[in-house]
Amino acid sequence: MTEQIDKALEREYEAGFVSEIESDTFEPGLNEDVVRRISAVKGEPEWMLEWRLKAFRIWQEMEEPDWAHVGYDKIDYQAISYYSAPKSMADKPKSLDEVDPELIETYNKLGIPLHEQEMLAGVAVDAVFDSVSVVTTFREKLYEAGVIFCPISEAVHKYPELVQKYLGSVVPQKDNYFAALNCAVFTDGSFVYIPKGVRCPMELSTYFRINEQNTGQFERTLIIADEGSHVSYLEGCTAPQRDENQLHAAVVELVAMDDAEIKYSTVQNWYPGDENGKGGIYNFVTKRGVCHTNAKISWTQVETGSSVTWKYPSCVLKGDNSIGEFYSVALTRGAQQADTGTKMIHIGKNTKSTIISKGISAGKSNNSYRGLVRMNPGADGARNFTQCDSLLIGDKCGAHTFPYVESRNPSAIVEHEATTSKVSDDQMFLCQQRGIDPEKAVSMIVNGFCKEVFKELPMEFAVEAGKLLEVSLEGSVG
Amino acid sequence: MLKINNLQASVEEKQILKGLNLEINPGEVHAIMGPNGAGKSTLGNVLSGRDGYEVNEGSAELDGADLFDLEPEERAHAGLFLAFQYPVEIPGVSNLEFLKAAIEAHAKANDIEPPSSAELLKQAKEACKAVDLPLAFLKRGVNEGFSGGEKKRNEILQMMLLKPKLAILDETDSGLDIDALQVVAKGVNSMRAADRSLIVVTHYQRLLDYIKPDFVHVLADGKIVKSGGPELAHELEAQGYAWLENGEKAGENA
Repeated sequence: MTEQIDKALEREYEAGFVSEIESDTFEPGLNEDVVRRISAVKGEPEWMLEWRLKAFRIWQEMEEPDWAHVGYDKIDYQAISYYSAPKSMADKPKSLDEVDPELIETYNKLGIPLHEQEMLAGVAVDAVFDSVSVVTTFREKLYEAGVIFCPISEAVHKYPELVQKYLGSVVPQKDNYFAALNCAVFTDGSFVYIPKGVRCPMELSTYFRINEQNTGQFERTLIIADEGSHVSYLEGCTAPQRDENQLHAAVVELVAMDDAEIKYSTVQNWYPGDENGKGGIYNFVTKRGVCHTNAKISWTQVETGSSVTWKYPSCVLKGDNSIGEFYSVALTRGAQQADTGTKMIHIGKNTKSTIISKGISAGKSNNSYRGLVRMNPGADGARNFTQCDSLLIGDKCGAHTFPYVESRNPSAIVEHEATTSKVSDDQMFLCQQRGIDPEKAVSMIVNGFCKEVFKELPMEFAVEAGKLLEVSLEGSVG
Repeated sequence: MLKINNLQASVEEKQILKGLNLEINPGEVHAIMGPNGAGKSTLGNVLSGRDGYEVNEGSAELDGADLFDLEPEERAHAGLFLAFQYPVEIPGVSNLEFLKAAIEAHAKANDIEPPSSAELLKQAKEACKAVDLPLAFLKRGVNEGFSGGEKKRNEILQMMLLKPKLAILDETDSGLDIDALQVVAKGVNSMRAADRSLIVVTHYQRLLDYIKPDFVHVLADGKIVKSGGPELAHELEAQGYAWLENGEKAGENA
């Protein structure tokens, strides 16, 4: 049976094609000049350049962290190109008709139609290709509601006061090695502002695609939900199949003002590398949100790609009665490694957090949950509930759990539950005896295991996530 | 319907079935009884193709198809159903979802139109009533948190929806109280049909008071050592299995 499962896991990566698009790409290498050139290409104001340079100097003083339960060859930061843009973007298209058809085709292949009339009803999309945002749909309709949804490079020009006020306010430049690097060289990403009391009329989503060889992708997302507002945001990611590892070091900052709510969902399907761990994306990402009084931030992630994942979407529960949630499905197979989890920092009174993590390991992969729950002295009546479940497929993979609990308030309550289970031969046989083939059986069992998390995803994406797992497990049984 | 010829099978190199012969005609109900360790459960597992059971010799044909040539799911598609002695849980996969996947797989393999979702739901609800399970069980995970009796009834529910040609009930009575036993038996009896055969594997005669077999076989030491009508079950109940094993040995010596 284990053999069957292994076979079912040998699937193809469907998003692994390369698009033939002429690009302007910087020579590999990183120094102050490169930072200045990125800023110049973007035509940035002086304050932005200064901010980048400050981050770059901080980064130079820092050391790459090695505490995560992952192993990979040292990254040569001088071998990476820090900027790549499709050539046709030099004169930025004003409408979709002016976008390179090959680019549109790329997104179509990925199942992300950019033509508004073909879009999933009620979802606005920002598409980021290598280092630049290529198109943002439904902007006018959003604008009517007062919602700003645009590439962050554009926000730097159009809304400098918002960007200056909030950029780095949640994840400071010196936060960690990869965040500092991102601050210095970030190229694009999405910017969202929801005004007071506004419920964003549609789901917002960004699709990230790395196409060029030897480039890193350093996107930056900033979402500000003003008092009493509400927004649901989704990001999806893919990359071509290449033999070299590529670095993706993103930063996402969320600000939920009083009574605001942000729901942030990720479906991450970067190229995972081959069965032996050759190639694939290093996904080293810092995501954090701050909740003011009565605010709520909910992170939901479905992580199936990347060769190495290092990612801890976190909530700083600053205001009283604020709520943080983290729902995660992380699937690793082949030689993939994932070290992922969350941090819930309880500062305000009566703050609540919920962590539901589902790790699925197959092949010879390693899947770790790492989570911190901190109850600060002022967090009277704070509560956390953590549930961490691991599912093993086959007998060569590993699941690890590293929970950290720091409670400095005696009235705070922290609960932690953890389970580890296997897709058992008995479960497989029951399915087969009822006529269900082994591949369908594995995907059904895994989907069942993830149900609690999938129900948190926006409807359209829950279906997508289920399918993604099915593809991920294709051939995993024999 | 089913023809088993000189079946020899082993588990982890230990021979369990040692030349078993059995022939079942359409519409017949056969009970297989015997002491613990005789190979009763092995028979069901070997026929349905469970991993770890090796066929060393012999054949088994279901309606002319060689079972040992088929994958477990193909045997199911051919009409073989095994009601498990210890049904396993599949958390998060709802019973209804599971039934749908199973029925659709059967339909696809046999090139017939699967029932619509509405039709399937109707059938599932009827089956629920027949085995006295609340409808809410359709939404619960497969066997997730079910009591022993509920699991057994869930097996019968699956059988009712899959409508097999040949069903093997592996100690379906174990762990059931008398009320649950009657419910299960009623469900099984409602499935008796001229084109459907049943093998009822049990340790006790009790179940056979409710599911009346046409034939009773005694399995001991990997072989059928005695066959007869329903009255044989009563003899076994009265006298135990020891006399049979001794008798068999005596026969061999003679």
